[in-house]
Amino acid sequence: MYRDKEWDLKGGSTARAAIKKVDLDPEAVLVVRNGQLVTDDTILAEEDEVKLIAVISGGLGGYCKGGG
Amino acid sequence: MIWALKCRRCGEPAAVNMRQHRFALCGEHFLDWFISQTERVIEKYRMFAPQDRLLVAVSGGKDSLALWDVLLRLGYEVEALYIDLGIGDEAYSRQSRKHVEQFAAAAGDTPYRVLDVKATYGKSVPELAHEKRGRKVCSLCGLVKRHVMNRLAYEGEYVAVATGHNLDDEAAVLFQNALHWQTGYLARQAPVLPSTHPRLARKVKPFFRFYERDTAAYALLRGIDYIYEECPYSKGATTIFYKELLNQLEARSRGAKQQFYLSFLQARDEQGLFGQDPQELELGECENCGQPTTASGLCAFCRLWEGR
Repeated sequence: MYRDKEWDLKGGSTARAAIKKVDLDPEAVLVVRNGQLVTDDTILAEEDEVKLIAVISGGLGGYCKGGG
Repeated sequence: MIWALKCRRCGEPAAVNMRQHRFALCGEHFLDWFISQTERVIEKYRMFAPQDRLLVAVSGGKDSLALWDVLLRLGYEVEALYIDLGIGDEAYSRQSRKHVEQFAAAAGDTPYRVLDVKATYGKSVPELAHEKRGRKVCSLCGLVKRHVMNRLAYEGEYVAVATGHNLDDEAAVLFQNALHWQTGYLARQAPVLPSTHPRLARKVKPFFRFYERDTAAYALLRGIDYIYEECPYSKGATTIFYKELLNQLEARSRGAKQQFYLSFLQARDEQGLFGQDPQELELGECENCGQPTTASGLCAFCRLWEGR
């Protein structure tokens, strides 16, 4: 699961491989497996629920900090 | 066979892998490490002293709320400032503000203040951009925020304004400035921007050595409820593209982003690249608001509202 997208993937591969498989950048997401933050070398099982959290933010080189 | 990474401190399964530092930590030890690293950076770069009063600029996003959290945990006397810019027909700003309010309440009603741009000056930033055709929202937004932060820091007699800029932010700006050889900007980009005028606030970036994924990990592990949606004006922003490019580089060569930015600081400061010292910028005072400006007469902020 990533933002409003969802995929069903086979288990047995690492989170990093799964992220690449769905065309996302492993450097730009964090992996939350069954509610727990894990490193992307974690091997995923078929029944795992995985949420990918986008980490890139801000326009203007992040100089949009400090207001909203 | 791929072995799951273990925490360098306790051997439990790791939650955060920092390839640039070549070690991984479990959630608990990452939180400790993150706080102690922030403290080290504050001391090493002489950002501020334990007794100083600080203003932390917050947006409701992961970086600024994490910074507010860490500064409070380190025991600093800190007050937050949320600038309500009226973005997304005001809905985005309302939502961001809610995250700030919730954070403050959860932190034991820690003090913060809100400056509503429309209520204070008569127009929201998008309305102002609409009026000033040809001016981009992001550039006006930056101008308004710099003015407001500086004014409130001066009036409130804070020693410094702290912002949540992380290493990815700084590296993306450096990349942009280097692509265009903006030597003036390259001369000034720094984790500490000194006060070079009695009315110019000192600005500090205590998170400037953390990768963006590490500040996000801190916010997640700490359970900070930050605004996940992006500002509607940042969609397709060039600097997000630069961040993506730098991440591609990072994937090929771990630590590349860190090396790019930290080596730049070292080369500039030790070898005097780009010449101009920020101290040399001549600042006068705006004849309307009194804030420091390089322009003669009105500052850029006051010129925005002129003749209205």
